Amino acid sequence: MTNFVNIIVIICIIAFAFAMLGMLYRILKGPTLHDRVITLDAFGVTLMGMIGLVSMALDTSYLLVVIMLIGMIGFIATIGFAKFLEKGVIIENDRDNNS
Amino acid sequence: MKSTLKRAGYSKVQRQMNDVFIHFTSKVIFLIILLFSINLFMAGHYTPGGGFVGGLLAASAIILLLIAFDYETVRKMIPVNFHFIITLGLTLAIVAPTLLFFFGTPFFTHQHTYINVPVFGEVAVHTAMLFDAGVFLTVSGTALMIVTLVGGTDE
Repeated sequence: MTNFVNIIVIICIIAFAFAMLGMLYRILKGPTLHDRVITLDAFGVTLMGMIGLVSMALDTSYLLVVIMLIGMIGFIATIGFAKFLEKGVIIENDRDNNS
Repeated sequence: MKSTLKRAGYSKVQRQMNDVFIHFTSKVIFLIILLFSINLFMAGHYTPGGGFVGGLLAASAIILLLIAFDYETVRKMIPVNFHFIITLGLTLAIVAPTLLFFFGTPFFTHQHTYINVPVFGEVAVHTAMLFDAGVFLTVSGTALMIVTLVGGTDE
């Protein structure tokens, strides 16, 4: 990798780190639960981008599996939080009988 | 059961709620996550992955179905008790290294060979995969049992 791309990647990693600091403030200080849930989802997406940049800096392709793993786990977590906010229960026992 | 829509004034929201989007999407993404977990399980020898992560991802695929549908539907879809999955995995994980004593090597010394498969060509066959399959079954069964015990409503 050329020197120019290396400098750009390092600048992008620092920018993502500052973005994650802002999201951490919103998670700790968020007024409602909805803000925290949306920020947690954005935090996962930013983490995926940061791991992609680190795999560019290290010049390896082994970390791409980690990105897909974080994406799937974050998707399931967002679905669970959304169902908790909408219905108040995450795993229903029998949804037809309105338990 | 305080939901957001109920507080806004909709009284019959539990009956009328139609979850067709999450039902259809979870049916598609369940297969994608399960395929990726098998890929992680197979790739765990030289690259990141292995039985533990694969088992957790397979469990999370079934957790997605538990969130989208309900407990009774998933139990009808997978009519296996989770205790049986844990027992099968632990048995596989203890039997596979013990049988390797017949090769005259120390404990956990695995054997491997190469065979020719018609489509894929030369494929490595490793006995560590049997042990890893045991880890896969144990981890997925344990994660599913914990989630259904903690997150489920008691009857």
